Amino acid sequence: MTTLAGWTDELTRTRLHFVTGKGGTGKTTLAASLGLALASGGRRVLLIEVEGRQGFAQVFDTEPLPYAEQRIASAPGGGEVRALHIDVEAALLEYFEMFYNLGFAGRTLRRMGAIEFATTLAPGLRDVLLTGKIKECVGRTESGGRHAYDAVVVDAPPTGRVVKFLDVTRALTDLAKTGPIRGQADGVVRLLHSGETAIHIVTLLEEMPVRETLEAVAELDGADLRPGAVLVNRVRPPRLPARSVVPAADGRVDASRVRAGLATAGLELPDATLDALVEETVEHAVRVAAEQRAREQLAEADLPTLELPELTGGVDVAALYEIAEALVDQGVR
Amino acid sequence: MSATLDMDGLIDDPETRVVVCCGSGGVGKTTTAAALALRAAERGRHTVVLTIDPARRLAQALGLRELGNQPRKVSVPGFEPKGELWAMMLDMRRTFDDMVRVHAGPERAEQLLGNRFYQTISTSFAGTQEYMAMEKLGQLAATGDWDLIVVDTPPSRSALDFLDAPSRLSSALDGRMIRLLTSPARAGGWGLRKVVSAGFSMFAKAVSTILGGQLLADASAFMQAFDTTFGGFRERATKTAELLRSKGTSFLVIASPEPDALREASYFVERLSEESMPLSGLVANRTHPVLADLSAIDALSAAEALERGGKNAPLAVAVLRLHADRVALAAREERLLARFTRAHPSVPVVGVPALPGDVHDIAGLRDIGDRLAGAGS
Repeated sequence: MTTLAGWTDELTRTRLHFVTGKGGTGKTTLAASLGLALASGGRRVLLIEVEGRQGFAQVFDTEPLPYAEQRIASAPGGGEVRALHIDVEAALLEYFEMFYNLGFAGRTLRRMGAIEFATTLAPGLRDVLLTGKIKECVGRTESGGRHAYDAVVVDAPPTGRVVKFLDVTRALTDLAKTGPIRGQADGVVRLLHSGETAIHIVTLLEEMPVRETLEAVAELDGADLRPGAVLVNRVRPPRLPARSVVPAADGRVDASRVRAGLATAGLELPDATLDALVEETVEHAVRVAAEQRAREQLAEADLPTLELPELTGGVDVAALYEIAEALVDQGVR
Repeated sequence: MSATLDMDGLIDDPETRVVVCCGSGGVGKTTTAAALALRAAERGRHTVVLTIDPARRLAQALGLRELGNQPRKVSVPGFEPKGELWAMMLDMRRTFDDMVRVHAGPERAEQLLGNRFYQTISTSFAGTQEYMAMEKLGQLAATGDWDLIVVDTPPSRSALDFLDAPSRLSSALDGRMIRLLTSPARAGGWGLRKVVSAGFSMFAKAVSTILGGQLLADASAFMQAFDTTFGGFRERATKTAELLRSKGTSFLVIASPEPDALREASYFVERLSEESMPLSGLVANRTHPVLADLSAIDALSAAEALERGGKNAPLAVAVLRLHADRVALAAREERLLARFTRAHPSVPVVGVPALPGDVHDIAGLRDIGDRLAGAGS
C-alpha cells in the first residue's frame, strides 16, 4: 500500500472547504463527516448545501432544512455543527429586497417562475448568488471579532460541474458590468482563490471516479483554484497476502492449499463449496488488483490523500461519527 | 418478495419499441443500456442504443471511437448478431444546433446560432442535456429504422431530473416571461392584479440592472425567432412526454444496492406510476451474492483458530475472511433491497451480480446481458 500523506498544515489553515466528487462516491456523507471532524474539540462549523436536495437532512436523519442556519449535530469535545440549505430563489429575492421594495409581489413572482426564469437567463447568476452567500457566512464575525464559524464545509456540485460553479469570474460575464451583485462578487473571487479555500475531491478506487478526480484536479489547477485533499471512500481491507493477489486475479488459487488450511482448522467442506470459495477469492483478487492500479493513478494527482473505510453496516448518524474519527486520525483538525 | 423481472420477455416482445434506462448517477445505467441492447440484437431485434456519456472502454467495446451524433452499426470481430446493433453517443450541442438548422431557414439559423443567449442555453442550462436526449429519442423513433431503441439517461443527480428538465426548460423559455420582462405592459394573460404588476415592473428593472440590458435583448430576440420557427419549446416537450407515455415504451429503473440509489429509485417508481408511465421493473445492479455455502461465523471462527494456533496458512485465513466480508455485504444488500420491495411489492426486480472488473469488450457486455436475464442471481 502507498504511504498516505494525510491532512497538511496548509489544509489546517483552510477555513472554507468544498467537497466535490463523482456522483455516487459519497460526497455528502464525507462533507458531513468532515464537518464533524473539524468541529471536534469545541469548534463551530457550518455545513452548507447548494443543490436543493436536502442531502444533509438525509444523512443526519432530520427534518428537511429551512433556509436558515440550524444546529444539526454536536461534535466530540463540545463542538457544534450547524447546517444551511441555500435556496437560490429565496437568496435572490432577499437580494432584491435589499435594493428594491418588491412588497407582496415577491411571492407571486416566485410562483410565476419569474425568479427561476432570471436564473435561467443567466446561469452564472445562480452561482454568483450561492457563492456570495457562502462568503458572507465565512466572513461573518461576532461582536468580539471572533469568526462566527471556525470552518465552513460546502457539499459542492459534482466534479463535472464544480469548476464552473467556483469560477465566479467566468460566471460574471453573464451579468451586467456594473450593478449591485457585481461589487460583492469581486470579494467572492478573492476568497475562492485564496489560501483560505480548498476543494477536496471524494473518489472510490474505481476507474471512472479516479479518472474524474484527475480531470477535476487539472481543471481546478487551470482555473487557479486550489485542490485540497483526495478523500478515498469505501476502502475495503485487502485480505490476501500481497504476493497472492496477482496470480489469484489471474485465476490461479491453489485450491489444495486452501483445502489443507481449512482442514487444519477442522473445516471439511464439500468440493462445490470449496470451488465457490475459490471463485470468491478470484473476484476479490481482481478487485484488489484494480484498486491497486487506481491507487497508482491517483498518486499522479500528488495531493494529500486520506482513506475512509467501507462501513458494511451502512451509513447512519453513528457512521458519520465513525468516519469523522477516521478523518481526525489522519490529521484533520 | 416481488416477482422476478422477465427481461427476455420484455426485449423479445415486438410491441416493445423503446426501453428507457433511468436511475441516479453512478449506478451503471450506460453499461446496462448497452448490455441490454446487445442482448436484444443477438436475439434478433434491430436495435439502436443511445448512450449519453459512456466510459471510454465501454465506448471502445462498441467501436465508438469518436463522438458521433448519428448511430453507427456496431461491427466488431466475433460479434454476429441475429439482428443488428447500432450505437451512438449524444452530442448535446450538436443535437441542438441540428434542430435549429432543420427548422429555421439557413439565414435565420445562423442568426440563432450566433445569439449569445442561445449559446448559454445550448451549453450551460441544467436541463438541456435531458431535453436533447429526448429530442434525439424522438428523431430516432421517427425514422422507423429500428424496431427497438434503448435509451440511457443523462447522469443527473436525481433520476427525476430526466422527467422534469424538459418541461422546466420549456416553461422557462416559452416566451411569455421574456415578453413580461421586456414589455410588461403588453404581456397580459396572467390575470395579474395591479399591485403585482407594479411589483413586476420593479422586478423587471432589478433583473435588467443585474443581468444587463443586452442579455435581455438577446434573449428576447432569440425567443421571438424560436417561437415562430419551432412552435415553442413547450410544444416539443409535450410531444416528447407523449412518446414516453405511448404504448411500446417501457422504463427500467436501475439502482445499485445502496441507500441513496434505492431512495432515488423509490421516488422514480412513485413518479412513474403517478404519471402513468409504464414501469417494467427494477434492476438491482452490481450485487454481491454469496457463492459459497458457509456461514460467516464458521468462517471467522476457523480463521481465528488458524491464527491462534499459529498455523501457517495465510491463504486459507484470507479466503475465510474475505468470505465473511462477502456474507456481511450480501446481507446488507439484501436488507436494503427488501426495504424497497416491501414499499413497492408490485415492482418486478432482477439482481445483477457485479462483475469483478470493468467491462471492456463485447464478451463483458454479453456476460452482463446474461445476468440481466437472470442467469446470475
